[in-house]
Amino acid sequence: MRSALAFVRRARARRWVRRTFVEGGSIVLCAAVLIWSLLPIYNLLSIALDPEEGEVEFDGNIWPPEPSLEGFRSAIMQDARYLEHFWQLYGNSLYIGIATMVLTVAIGSLASFAVSRLRLVKGSLLTNAAILTYAIPSSFLIVPYYRIMHTYGLLGNHWAVITAQVAFATPFAILIMQLYGSLIPLALDDAARVDGASPAQLYWRIFLPLMAPALAVSAIFALLLSWNDYLYQSVLLSVENMTLSVTQGQLFEDTDAPWNAMMAAALVYVLPPVLLLLALRRYVAASLSLSDIKG
Amino acid sequence: MSGADHALDFARPLGASGPSQPQWHADLRGADFRWAIAFVLPYVAVFFAFIVYPFGYALWMGLRPPLYEDLFTDPIYFRTIVNTLLFVGIGVNVKMFLALLLSGFFLRPRWWIRATLVAYILPWLIAAAQAAISFHWMLIGTPGLVDLLLKAVLGIDGPEWLTGRWLALGSDIVAYIWKWMPFWTVIFIAGRLTIAREIYDAAEVDGATGPRRFIHVTVPLLANLYLVCTLLSTLWTLGDFVTVYLVSQRGPADASQVLATLGFDFAFDGAQPAMGVAVVLSALPVLIPIAIILMRRLQLAEVHST
Repeated sequence: MRSALAFVRRARARRWVRRTFVEGGSIVLCAAVLIWSLLPIYNLLSIALDPEEGEVEFDGNIWPPEPSLEGFRSAIMQDARYLEHFWQLYGNSLYIGIATMVLTVAIGSLASFAVSRLRLVKGSLLTNAAILTYAIPSSFLIVPYYRIMHTYGLLGNHWAVITAQVAFATPFAILIMQLYGSLIPLALDDAARVDGASPAQLYWRIFLPLMAPALAVSAIFALLLSWNDYLYQSVLLSVENMTLSVTQGQLFEDTDAPWNAMMAAALVYVLPPVLLLLALRRYVAASLSLSDIKG
Repeated sequence: MSGADHALDFARPLGASGPSQPQWHADLRGADFRWAIAFVLPYVAVFFAFIVYPFGYALWMGLRPPLYEDLFTDPIYFRTIVNTLLFVGIGVNVKMFLALLLSGFFLRPRWWIRATLVAYILPWLIAAAQAAISFHWMLIGTPGLVDLLLKAVLGIDGPEWLTGRWLALGSDIVAYIWKWMPFWTVIFIAGRLTIAREIYDAAEVDGATGPRRFIHVTVPLLANLYLVCTLLSTLWTLGDFVTVYLVSQRGPADASQVLATLGFDFAFDGAQPAMGVAVVLSALPVLIPIAIILMRRLQLAEVHST
């Protein structure tokens, strides 16, 4: 009896040790992940909060001794050198990003609907061609794009960048929509057909609402593709249509640039994707779990 | 549908469990066909105007043998190929493997792990250019933040990160992994969530927990997703321009060039556009097979063919 009790107690102790070990390990791993993820962001923040202008990164402080919001103020009030047109730059980024996002979702969902729901003959050719787009990384086509946009008369215009980004974002959107759409039973379409719905009504009333999670993921992907782009924006845009990303990257040679304002601008630049993800988080979670459409 | 159907299990044709051919299909085909054509037309237009045409243009510019004779005898080309192989090989594989492991970790039901996931996603939301600029400032300078921290915490003098070829290239790789690992982690979390709870429960009954469950349950079920993502990531990483352009700035003295930046430099700084195109087209023998394997693996055609 006594030995049995001791055995149970020992087993319990061992399980406790094991659990403590696992939980402790997970906390350590969390700490490591936090440091890894946040260090470059902390770096942006500490430069942004440095009140001195120029060469702030060389002053040897891990944290600015007198943090100030001057960098943010001068960026937002367009006082800083290079950022006299901060809001225009920001507006250009937003215009290009939102147009890319909307067009990618619209064009991708139309194509996906035609292939998967209207069962377009040889529709697989289209999806395969879309995937083959990624055989050529977008940056590899910048030289022909430069020439072609000149031919199209778009060089310098926002639409030179928007069209190029849509061309490279849509295949991924179609891929996501095909995978997600395959979980929506075709019987729904058939039922609506019996009630006399036209393909346009099917698309608008059934396909789009049910596909909301896939549309949300595609939208975030497209906005981020546009947000992450540097090359196309730097080559294809004229000065007045330039975006914030490019402006910041081009200032590297100037060690006297107002880096606190530049880094403050970089932090403000993060907001649109964050807000979009927050706004769509319900749909993203739905597309992650797939629980509500799996019967 | 049974719980074993995996939304992201690309290998399995999902159409197999789809509904049968409906009755109206025969008589509405003509009208449907016209609608379908109208619906795909925008994408077809974009595809031809902004993918096929530029690609054809690139071939027309770049497929000239003398260009490649010049290119292959240029010592910078060989160095760039080595850099590109390292950047893509290490960058993609380390990133994907860690993303796979972390995706399992982030599914553990603990509040502090959920909170960490939020912070972990942030790099994905920060624009690539700003992320690269931050990495550049952290590493350069006398000293940058990384060296300051090394001094403060470990008491050692960190190296000058961006003045030697290998450290500069390594910095690019780390920055690239930092920026893109969250995206693939989210994809793998989605993939893991589609593995039905019952499969894990059954495995647990059979005594597969921890690492054994990972090897015998998770890995086989996610293998195809992992392969597809790795191929796609390889293609995208080959085209990554902004990391090398802004973190190591191709330096020192062009020592950390990759194909995307070298092509750009030839075309726009060196005013040799045809040469710039030739640099990137020289990767075609690698790119095309990867894209074809990717296309076959995705099998989108089969998904809806029934």
